[in-house]
Amino acid sequence: MTSVRRRLVPYGLLAPGLIWLILFFVIPMYFMGELSLKTGSLESGYQLTWAFENYTDSISQYSTQFLRAFYYAGVATFFCLLIGYPLAYAIAFKAGRWKNLMLFAVVAPFFTTYLIRTIAWKTILDDASPVVSFLKTIHLVPQDGRVLATSAAVIAGLTYNFLPFMVLPLFAALERLDRRLLEAGKDLYASTAQTFWRITLPLTMPGIIAGVLLTFIPAAGDYVNATFLGGTNQAMIGNVIQSKYLVVNDYPDAAALSFTLMAIILVALLLYIKFAGSEALMGEDEEAK
Amino acid sequence: MSKAWTWIKEHLVLFIGILALAYMLLPILVIAIFSFNDPSGRYNFEWVGFTTEYWGKPFAIQELTDSLLVSIRLAFFTSIGATILGTLIAIALVRYKFFGRRAANLLIVIPMATPEVVIGASLLSMFLIYGAKLGFGTLLIAHIMFSISFVVIVVRSRLIGFDRRLEEAAQDLGANAFTTFRKVTLPLIAPGVISAGLLSFALSIDDFVISNFNSGSEVTFPLYIFGANQRGIPVQVNVIATMLFAVTVIAMLAVIIQQKRAEKAAAMRPEEAANKPAISIPV
Repeated sequence: MTSVRRRLVPYGLLAPGLIWLILFFVIPMYFMGELSLKTGSLESGYQLTWAFENYTDSISQYSTQFLRAFYYAGVATFFCLLIGYPLAYAIAFKAGRWKNLMLFAVVAPFFTTYLIRTIAWKTILDDASPVVSFLKTIHLVPQDGRVLATSAAVIAGLTYNFLPFMVLPLFAALERLDRRLLEAGKDLYASTAQTFWRITLPLTMPGIIAGVLLTFIPAAGDYVNATFLGGTNQAMIGNVIQSKYLVVNDYPDAAALSFTLMAIILVALLLYIKFAGSEALMGEDEEAK
Repeated sequence: MSKAWTWIKEHLVLFIGILALAYMLLPILVIAIFSFNDPSGRYNFEWVGFTTEYWGKPFAIQELTDSLLVSIRLAFFTSIGATILGTLIAIALVRYKFFGRRAANLLIVIPMATPEVVIGASLLSMFLIYGAKLGFGTLLIAHIMFSISFVVIVVRSRLIGFDRRLEEAAQDLGANAFTTFRKVTLPLIAPGVISAGLLSFALSIDDFVISNFNSGSEVTFPLYIFGANQRGIPVQVNVIATMLFAVTVIAMLAVIIQQKRAEKAAAMRPEEAANKPAISIPV
C-alpha cells in the first residue's frame, strides 16, 4: 500500500504544473492548427474546411518575410557567438574575483523592460547621435546615410537583445570544462591556439549549440526590433503574424504562418534533443539520484 | 617588449569581455541619462538639456501609473502561481524516478524554446474559439504558463546540491513527511525558491509579446510604452525604468547575500558550496 502511494507521489507533484502547461500550451497549439485550416471572416464566422491553401497561399505571399526573419536571426546569432564566446571565456577563466559581478552584469539588462531597451537603441542610433556621427567619420556609414530603418539596425538590436541567451549556456559549458585537460594539452606542448581549437572548442560544443538555439529561435520570431528599429522593408515574419492577428484580424492565415514557424523550429529542436538529450538543453546533466 | 606582448595576450580576452559588457550595459546607461533630459518636443530621442523635473513627478501621468500598477499586480500573482507549480515539478523531477520523466522534461523545455509570438498567437487562437473575454485573467494564465519552466530550472539546480541525509535525520527523529518538508526541505531550498519567484516576477513585468496578443483592453507597463511610442514616450517612462532597474538590482543583491549566508549556515557540503555560483542562472 505505502509503496503504491509512494509511486504516485511524483505524479501528484507534477500534476498541477503539467496540467497548466497542457491546457495553456499544448491545447492552444491544437486550436491554432485547427484555426489555420478554417475559412470565413470575423463577421460570418469560421468553418473548418481543411483549407490547406491557407498554408500555400500565405507562405508564398510572405516568403520574403520568412526568409528575412531567418536571415536576420542567423546573422544576429553569428554576432552573438562572436561577441559571446570571448565574454563567457573571460568570465569563466580570467575574471578571478570579479566573476560574480561580471555574471551579474550579463543578466542586468533583463532588469529593464525589453521594449525600453530596444527604444534606447533608437536613441543610440538616432540620426543626431554621437555614435552615428562617429560611424560617419570612419566612413562606415555614408555622410548622407542613416542607421535607423536599415537591416543593420534591426540586426544590431537583435544581437543586443539576445546576447545573454548566448553567453549563459556558453559560460555554463566553459565552467564545467575540466581544467586538467587544458594543462595536459600544455604539457604536451600544444600552443594556446591549438589548446583552444583542439580541446576547449570541441568540449564546449554542447554549450554552443544550446546558445545558438536559444538565440536563433526567439530572434527568428521577434517583431519588436523590426518594429522599432526597422523601416517598412525590414518586416520579419513576426511582424506579419502580429499584424494579421491584432490589426487585420485575418486569423486563419495568421495561424497558418505561425504554425509553420513553430513547425520549422520544432523540427530543429527535436533534432537537437535527439542529438544531445533534453537534459542538455535544461543546462543540467545530472540525473535524479 | 615581449613582456608587454605577453601581458596583452594574457588580457586580450578579458579586454574583449569588458567591451562586450559595455555594449550590454550601454542602453541602460542611455535610459538613465535620458531620464534627466528636457526634450523640446514630444520625442525623447535627442539630448536637449539637463533637468530633474521628471524625477520630481514620476507618477504624474495617470495612464502610465495605472499601467504600472496593473503590471505589478500581474507580476505578483504570476510569481506566486508559477513558483508553486514550478517548485512542485522540480521536486518531482529531482527526487523521484518515474515513468514519463522524459515526456515531462520535454513539456518543460519546449515552451522555453518556442518563439513568444507563437505562444501568444496560439493562446489567442484558443481564447478566440472559446469566446473568452481577454483581460487580466487571460494575461495571468499566459504569464504563469511561460514562467513555470524557468522556475523549474532554477529550483532544480538548487535541489541537486542538496544533502538528503538531513531529511533522513529528521525522519529518524520521528518527523512525518509533511513536517520534514516544512521544517527541513523548504528552508534549505528557500533561496532557490525565492530567486525563482523573483525571476518569474521579472519575466512577467517585462513581457510584451505574449501580453500584446492576450491583453484585450487591459494595459500593462510594456503595452503602455508600445502605445505611447507613436505619440512620443514621456520622460517619466525613463524615470520609472531606471527606478525599476535600481529596485531589482538591490533585490537581487539582497538575495545573493542571503544565499551566501544560507550556504555558510546550512547543510551544503563545503566543496559544493565553494563551486556553486552565487547567482542561480536560468540556462
